[in-house]
Amino acid sequence: MQQFLNFINTLGRVMTRFFYATGDLAIFTTKAALACVQKPFYFKQLYDQLIEIGFYSLPVVALTTLFSGMVIAIQTYEAVSKFSAEGAVSMVVLVAVTRELAPVMAALMVAGRIGAAMAAEIGTMQVTEQIDALVTLNTNPFKYLIAPRIFAGILMMPILVLIGDVLGVCGGYMVGVYKMDFNATTYLINTWNYLKAMDIISGLTKAAVFGFIIALMGCYNGFRSKGGAQGVGQATTNAVVSASILILIFNYLLTEAFFNM
Amino acid sequence: MKNIQIELKNVHKAFGNKKVLNGVDLAIQKGESVVIIGGSGTGKSVTLKCILGLLKPDKGNITFNGQQIGMLFQGAALFDSLSVWENVSFAVLQQPGMTRAKAKKIAIEKLAEVGLKPEVADAYPADLSGGMKKRVGLARAIATKPDTLFFDEPTTGLDPIMSDVINDLIVNSVKKLGATALTITHDMTSAKKIADRIAMLYEGKIIWVGTVKELEKTDNPYVRQFVAGSSKGPIHMEVKAEG
Ligand SMILES: Nc1ncnc2c1ncn2[C@@H]1O[C@H](COP(=O)(O)OP(=O)(O)OP(=O)(O)O)[C@@H](O)[C@H]1O
Ligand SMILES: [Mg+2]
Repeated sequence: MQQFLNFINTLGRVMTRFFYATGDLAIFTTKAALACVQKPFYFKQLYDQLIEIGFYSLPVVALTTLFSGMVIAIQTYEAVSKFSAEGAVSMVVLVAVTRELAPVMAALMVAGRIGAAMAAEIGTMQVTEQIDALVTLNTNPFKYLIAPRIFAGILMMPILVLIGDVLGVCGGYMVGVYKMDFNATTYLINTWNYLKAMDIISGLTKAAVFGFIIALMGCYNGFRSKGGAQGVGQATTNAVVSASILILIFNYLLTEAFFNM
Repeated sequence: MKNIQIELKNVHKAFGNKKVLNGVDLAIQKGESVVIIGGSGTGKSVTLKCILGLLKPDKGNITFNGQQIGMLFQGAALFDSLSVWENVSFAVLQQPGMTRAKAKKIAIEKLAEVGLKPEVADAYPADLSGGMKKRVGLARAIATKPDTLFFDEPTTGLDPIMSDVINDLIVNSVKKLGATALTITHDMTSAKKIADRIAMLYEGKIIWVGTVKELEKTDNPYVRQFVAGSSKGPIHMEVKAEG
């Protein structure tokens, strides 16, 4: 009986904490969304974030998508019979890269880079009272710090993924043409014929959602950090882990929505 | 009542089960300079943050009739991604029709008022000493000519001469601009110089309020012990673990 009561007690506490955290995140998201659509807008901050997310993430995104495309080409070649390989490889590379690999790989890389940086920067501002200072200087921290980051995340991720799409397909092409001796022109023509707008659009939509998740998790965890350097470190880890998990969950949900309805 | 700028009535604030403020009552007139004294960790900064709306009191009422505030944080709280002059002119830069050149000029004037050279304007907060950061924070607080000023330990970390410059600056802001000021300090020399009235915070309440003259004559044992800086008296610092 005592054990049962203890269990109920613990369960109650865990549930309370869970609902508190969910509610807190919901309120934070609402405030952030409102800040995105209300004046004033801080264009300098937005510009800085666009550069930070879009430009400086290019190398990592380019490398991961390129190598992903190459790996998919090799695995597909192994899997299908050598006679039908020429058509299959180009198609599988195209579909895998545009629908799944480019958005997910790019988002995970950006979550590690940008989500962590946002949480660390905003977290440091929180524990050193810089966010309080913003308020005393007539500046809404949601508009000054959070809205530009969320905007930049939503705007830049699709652009990064589009570049990732091209590089992923290039990776497949390189493996196909230089390693498997496919005809270069045939490979390109096959790719072009299989290209469907829906594949690209679904990938870019995912990218925008992932960009939102990355920025939101970075800002939220940074904003809620407390207790000095250790708290900021914790916030950084939480931002990356929670963003990565949410990216994979939402990737599944969006794939269901796009291709299984 | 006369012109009240700030009024706290029965303000309570706890963090978890740790009670910090336990019914704070304090009224500050327009144009008055009030200093809050009290031991470390008694909730002085928390009181200020409640007035500023940065913390929400659990109970009680706070009235604030000011228009524009200026706040110096205990740790200066400079934006480390911005240069010194951008920090000082942060609010100024957001005024309509303000150019960066004009804002920088204003920042350099404000820096001069707190005894900093124009060269500092282009430095970044990370390059400054603790006392310099404090002065930049002070320049930022007064840059918009606010009608209500809050200073959290403005002279801590400064040498005695610079402390006196800062004291004069606070006195001037109140006298010349007619601003209302609420200052927290441990520095009794500074308190006596800038205060119209001094309030002492102890165990979550304001236990004593009076002028500097009254402070010197009071027989309140808590105030006397604090002013004398003695370890003997009714205030016991928790220097060893409880139990
Ligand atoms: N955000 C917070 N969360 C939890 N506890 C807090 C928070 N802010 C302050 N406290 C606690 O409230 C108490 C009072 O803090 P406060 O900063 O007001 O002290 P203080 O009087 O300004 O001291 P000092 O002179 O050392 O600056 C401290 O025990 C502190 O630990
Ligand atoms: Mg304090």
